[in-house]
Amino acid sequence: MAMHDLDMTHVNPETRKLTKSGLPLARLGYGGAALALVAATGVLEGYELFLASAILSYAIAAMGLNVLMCYNGQLSLGHGAFFAIGASGAAICIDRFAVHFALTPIIAGVVGMGAGWLIGKPALKLEGVYLALATFGLAIATPTVLRSDLFSEWTGGVQGLFLLINPAPEWTGLDLDQSIYVAVVLYFLIFAFVTLRLVRGLNGKAWIATRDNPIAARAMGFDVTRAKTRAFVFSVLACSVGGALSAVAVQFVAPDSFPFFLSISLFTAVVVGGLCSPLVGPLLGASFIVMVPNLTEEIWQGGSWAVYGAFIIVIMAIQPRGLAGMLAWVRAKVTATSNND
Amino acid sequence: MTFFLEQLIIGLSSGGIYAIMALALVMIYKSTGHVNLAQGEMAVFSTFIAWSLVQMGVPIWPAIFLTMAVSFVGAIVLERVVVRPFAEADDLVIVAVFVGLFLGIHSLAGAIWKYEVKPFPSAFSDGSVNLMQDLSIRIHTLGSLATTGAVLAATWFFFRYTRLGLALRAAADNHESSRLVGINVSFMLALGWGLAAGIGAVAGVMIAPVTFLDPGMGLAPLIFALAGALLGGITSPFGAALGGLIVGVLEAMISANVHYGIEYRELLALMLILSVLLVRPAGLFGEIVTRRV
Repeated sequence: MAMHDLDMTHVNPETRKLTKSGLPLARLGYGGAALALVAATGVLEGYELFLASAILSYAIAAMGLNVLMCYNGQLSLGHGAFFAIGASGAAICIDRFAVHFALTPIIAGVVGMGAGWLIGKPALKLEGVYLALATFGLAIATPTVLRSDLFSEWTGGVQGLFLLINPAPEWTGLDLDQSIYVAVVLYFLIFAFVTLRLVRGLNGKAWIATRDNPIAARAMGFDVTRAKTRAFVFSVLACSVGGALSAVAVQFVAPDSFPFFLSISLFTAVVVGGLCSPLVGPLLGASFIVMVPNLTEEIWQGGSWAVYGAFIIVIMAIQPRGLAGMLAWVRAKVTATSNND
Repeated sequence: MTFFLEQLIIGLSSGGIYAIMALALVMIYKSTGHVNLAQGEMAVFSTFIAWSLVQMGVPIWPAIFLTMAVSFVGAIVLERVVVRPFAEADDLVIVAVFVGLFLGIHSLAGAIWKYEVKPFPSAFSDGSVNLMQDLSIRIHTLGSLATTGAVLAATWFFFRYTRLGLALRAAADNHESSRLVGINVSFMLALGWGLAAGIGAVAGVMIAPVTFLDPGMGLAPLIFALAGALLGGITSPFGAALGGLIVGVLEAMISANVHYGIEYRELLALMLILSVLLVRPAGLFGEIVTRRV
């Protein structure tokens, strides 16, 4: 796969110096953004809070998938299945065992990772288009399996399950929407931190090496299979946690919450958001998949997905690195003009 | 025994449809190295065109041929306008474009013809024939089997014995060398899309009377065709067609004999895809790709 040009594997010394000196500033930026996310609890209300929770939980899933697809170069069109496993796991935990909602993502993550390991073990022998096809099959099969009699006993069948969620204790002064939002933000921050650490550390190097040239990577002593499996399991973990959080945010789970289009949406979030942009890309992509369907609904009510599909193609035509790539381009232009002044 | 034969014929009949779809997938895969995820949706869109023509009073057979022609031209335009600009792009970007196409065509069909389920007239007369003692098969099933057989034979003939077919095969095999001997490769790639859409339209028209017509009906045939194409080998047109037939028979046997079989049809396809890819990624007849390191 010709992905080298998508990433900055070759960092020239000048940029390296720049990033080094800019590091404290960048940390300050991250801290500020994190604080702003938490502070938004007090500013946003009702529906906006719900929307923000939904976007952040999709962003968690997209972060994991971005690591898999971009840094490790494995295409997956079927991660909606793991999103569904996470969401159903959370629903069962809350409904059957009265687990506190903020803890469900942990359980869902563990269950999801188990399932991911089971599916990933055989699937990871495949490469490129073949893996995409196998996971495409997974995406198509998931809704059928969820709707079948085997699972309906646990997940409330076609009618679905309404989740009874208790807000945070009274002394915090948070209402239901706010407490959900705070939990989502906390998980998001954890995942953002872990993703950045993984991607920029030795793990990330192993992933990129495996993607660019598996044979050379193996020759240099990287365990290629382990690198691939790690990327896959991490992406599955992120997807199931994202699924659990989105189930909590919606407070309702039914087999029809996870249509075939869900897998497609997650894929879209990664590609449209921006490949190899571990944090900004998934955020933009998640906003895209949550907000744009509403927008396209207004443009053309009957054919909103047609407009959506056209959006995807147009964005890919303008900038193969997606929205994050566009943002970076704009920023480069702005700094260039301000330097000239 | 009669039951087995009945299921076998039904299986072969739907298998023929998967075979055509698989062949359409292989045509595009061989020449560009990409699997057209929107193939099923394109076939559904064609079927809707045929339905509209029939509603306007066109007899069914002329409507089918007209639809094939329209699909042929439409797919060439689509390839030229939407897909070609991405010819040099990254794999991921191309898959994203196909996803966009998939959503776009699916939704366009829904917007134009609405999402309610419509009956689709069979191209053959109603009723059934007695083939043997207490073995009666619907005429549509037999007709569909014959039609898909004819399409497969015609495709084989076209690729094997015509100049244009040879040029298409050459273009798919090696872009540079074909260009050197004077083949217009760019035109051939577009032609491949047109042919794939044309025969895909036949598959849609044959399956619609059985499953009824709605915008979502393309998904199941697509995954079965995919399973068939991979089983037979995604680089081998003959293998893909055979794989489609095998998948059709398997599907019919399992839905008829296994408890809950129908519910897990898609899961069956997924298992088949996974096991083929794991045991023999090249499929039964596909060429094994070797790479120089």
